[in-house]
Amino acid sequence: MCKPRLAVFKFASCDGCQLSLLDAEDHLLAVADAVEIVYFPEATSHMEEGPYDIALVEGSITTPHDAERIQQIRKDARFLMTIGACATAGGIQALRNWADKDEFMQAVYATPEYIQVLETSTPIAEHVQVDFELRGCPINQYQLIEVIRSLLAGQTPRTPRHSVCLDCKRRGTVCVTVAQGTACLGPVTQSGCHALCPSYNRGCYGCFGPALQANLVSLSAQMEREGASKAEIAHKLKNFNAYAPAFRTESTRLVQLEGDQRR
Amino acid sequence: MTERKIKVETLTRVEGEGGLYVRLQGEQVEEVRLEIYEPPRLFEALLRGRPLEDAPDITARICGICPVAYQMSSVHAMEMALGVEITPEIRRLRRLLYCGEWIESHGLHMHLLHAPDFLGFESGLAMAKQFPDEVNRGLRLKKHGNQLVDLLGGRAIHPVNVCVGGFYRIPSRNEFQKLVPDFEWGLNAAIETTRWVAGFEYPELESDCEFVSLSHPDEYPMNEGVMQTSSGDQIEISNYRDEFQEQQVPHSTALHAIRKTTGRPYLLGPLSRVNLNRDRLSPAARKLADEIAFEPECRNPHRAIIARGLELVHSYEEALQILRDEHSTKEPRMTYEYQAGVGMSATEAPRGTLFHRYEIDTEGKIVEADIIPPTSQNQAQIEVDLKAWVGQVIEKEESQAARLCENLVRAYDPCISCSTHFLNVTIERS
Ligand code: SF4
Ligand code: SF4
Ligand code: SF4
Repeated sequence: MCKPRLAVFKFASCDGCQLSLLDAEDHLLAVADAVEIVYFPEATSHMEEGPYDIALVEGSITTPHDAERIQQIRKDARFLMTIGACATAGGIQALRNWADKDEFMQAVYATPEYIQVLETSTPIAEHVQVDFELRGCPINQYQLIEVIRSLLAGQTPRTPRHSVCLDCKRRGTVCVTVAQGTACLGPVTQSGCHALCPSYNRGCYGCFGPALQANLVSLSAQMEREGASKAEIAHKLKNFNAYAPAFRTESTRLVQLEGDQRR
Repeated sequence: MTERKIKVETLTRVEGEGGLYVRLQGEQVEEVRLEIYEPPRLFEALLRGRPLEDAPDITARICGICPVAYQMSSVHAMEMALGVEITPEIRRLRRLLYCGEWIESHGLHMHLLHAPDFLGFESGLAMAKQFPDEVNRGLRLKKHGNQLVDLLGGRAIHPVNVCVGGFYRIPSRNEFQKLVPDFEWGLNAAIETTRWVAGFEYPELESDCEFVSLSHPDEYPMNEGVMQTSSGDQIEISNYRDEFQEQQVPHSTALHAIRKTTGRPYLLGPLSRVNLNRDRLSPAARKLADEIAFEPECRNPHRAIIARGLELVHSYEEALQILRDEHSTKEPRMTYEYQAGVGMSATEAPRGTLFHRYEIDTEGKIVEADIIPPTSQNQAQIEVDLKAWVGQVIEKEESQAARLCENLVRAYDPCISCSTHFLNVTIERS
């Protein structure tokens, strides 16, 4: 029987999400046995052309060339899955979507004219149809293995959509907001990290993006009551998932409100 | 005379994406270009206006392979700007975290990315059938690195526990002790690994590069020191920008770093570190270097994998010492008040010295950020060495020559993801 052909592609990103695949040491050889890795430049020099059964895509679209490249990958892939906040929400580099891209370029490069980049950094789903999005910055390797496994078994992959708070309760972590008044995005952030930050005594900063039905307005109000300014809260939301709709809407609202107050 | 071109569209087994372009005129090597087409992510621009506390979390995302180095350089720089003095305990734990990253990165590179070149495989996974023990050992070593970063940093990729002033939480003595047996095994395994790679067959190549790395009188360089060069210069970190300069060269896709005084490129990374600091390696690593007769000033970039092995052994030995001694009953972090200022720091990422400089204002906001990752600095030297190497492999058949060029690039373990300074230039072909 032919093994499913797996390919891994990279766009604007840090490699951290695809590294999660290499980090899954205990499962890696088993996965490598169950699928045929036909394209994964970070790991192997063996490269085959499409079609692919599963294409894992890391990174956001930030250049005209990449905007074209993703179209071809879509054509080649039977099942296209994005991995990580860059690919599903535009990543930290999407902060330029609020800025003047040319000014950003000038701040970093001596001769920005040489470089072709788009005005925005956008998620893969804004360009092509995506079959499954795996969240996180970085993704959780167990979720990745689980998703690949369920795909191989012909099942629809499922990852939890509840908020980090529930995981805090499950692992018995004392709430950093309640106990210390530390600002925490956990109530509005999707589960996936096993409530990591609070267990290290800090507030969540939102790696996994907005949880299902997250009530951002209510959380901002709570943070303001605890002394945070609107600008500070907006900064917290403008992070690795800044361009995810729920976070984007709320940070924009806060910035606007603050502008109104100043006027 | 006939013109020949060698093109490697996608360099594999490196972090990030790049290609290679070589142009020959008859037997003459006309041009060698390491092409980086990694899209720019503009970190230095997007950091401006953000709270200084964001720097370790955000700069970590420049590279998923060495996030600790980004976190360490940024917190040190911020502490300098704020006038924060950390305790010896925090300093030691930061070195421990660094050991974890070196173990993880070197373990991965040696076994899964680089060794396949010497043994004729396309990947570590392909190698696993014939060399199961070695590949499994590599995976296990790498896992130890991950476990250590996991424990102290909270997560192996993009740790959450590092902050300006120290750590959010220091794990318990018991948690540290639990790692000791694995690390005892790992120290021996790292020695085995280094003996193994030292026995590979190495092609001859002599680089005339200037070696540069941090150097510290009492310890193997990781998080502090002066910049030492093989030509005998010592440069304070505060003079980094005056001595090392990045240039935009029209034919290349990346900024090229050179020494200002000589106008010549330089080399960072394990080979430079070992060459310049061999006497400060841990006892087991030093003894091993003598046992395998590692040359005192190794100039063959292919042999960098052995230097990586020596650093792997060092990291295990230093980590073990800290893990055994750790009592963790102290304050996890230093407090500070905002003040305007400038701070800079250089630390040793697995691939070489990483420099950060920040200007901050009275409200603790970042006014300006400047980050020089190691690969950007090594780029020009890699091209110089490649040019010499191409001259040697030129008679080979095209695909074979291309493969040999790729092998050399991988020897430097370039991390192309650190895209802060990489350009996507339109290339003119002659
Ligand atoms: S989502 Fe985060 S970890 Fe993944 S590639 Fe992007 S920056 Fe790296
Ligand atoms: S610490 Fe954060 S994530 Fe955990 S329960 Fe409290 S608010 Fe929710
Ligand atoms: S920031 Fe939030 S989502 Fe990310 S690791 Fe911390 S708790 Fe988890």
